[in-house]
Amino acid sequence: MLTLTCPHCGVQADETELLPGGEAHLKRHGPGSSEEEFEGYLFHRQNPKGPHLERWRHAFGCGKWFLAARDTVTMQVFGTYPASLATPTDEIRRRAGVERPGWGFEPGVPGEPEAVE
Amino acid sequence: MADAVTLAEPLGMIGLRGDHGDERVRAAVVGLTGTAFPERLRIEGTSQRGVAWMSPDELLIFVPRSEVALAVDRLATDLAGLHHLVTDVSDMRVCVRIEGPDAREVLAKLSPADLHPDVFGPGLFRRSRLGQLAAAFWLEGEGARVICFRSVADYAVALLRQSAADGAVGHF
Repeated sequence: MLTLTCPHCGVQADETELLPGGEAHLKRHGPGSSEEEFEGYLFHRQNPKGPHLERWRHAFGCGKWFLAARDTVTMQVFGTYPASLATPTDEIRRRAGVERPGWGFEPGVPGEPEAVE
Repeated sequence: MADAVTLAEPLGMIGLRGDHGDERVRAAVVGLTGTAFPERLRIEGTSQRGVAWMSPDELLIFVPRSEVALAVDRLATDLAGLHHLVTDVSDMRVCVRIEGPDAREVLAKLSPADLHPDVFGPGLFRRSRLGQLAAAFWLEGEGARVICFRSVADYAVALLRQSAADGAVGHF
């Protein structure tokens, strides 16, 4: 079971009280972008086995969106932070960095679309 | 003896969206309900006259049904010129009363929320899940009160009655 603390209302919300929103910190590519960029924005996700940044909505509570850093394998939660932040807080980075040596995520830079064979 | 689960008489409810830190918002709410301004996750007063914290920018104000129109006008006057939203949402939700010593367990069996007495005491207002329903609940009187959308009222009452009929687990 996954328990995330909503940074807006402080409730320790059960997974069933939350709505998953997919990968966090996607950079929008809209009008004027290339077709490759737009395709990447719509479809290409990192889907890592390990630490991941995600969007969640406290749907059965205050209704606000927030972001969470967690490990997709161990379900270890590094922290949650408001969706208004462009990057994880230093505290979350530190914890994730200490507990996951070598892990360097780059918010706002979703995986580059891989070359199509 | 199972707890009694009944649909409460229609409440007067007003939704207020606005900046909780704004002095005018706080004064308008306190002036209307005569209670303190609710802190995060709390309810002040009762379902007859009180105010509950719904989210960082939303409050649910309880007044007697007959006073709703007046109260909405008063809030709109008090907050004129300020960015806010006042709506009469009395018909949006229903209130279910759970009367009895085991109200806490009746709720706890249906919700993932931590309802231990050390955590969930009088004055706390928790929005969560009861079975499949979005609902909010708090302790009031000799039991608890639940509010949920009117469209699922029948199911909510049936669900809570089943939970009450099964009796207390004795966990708390």
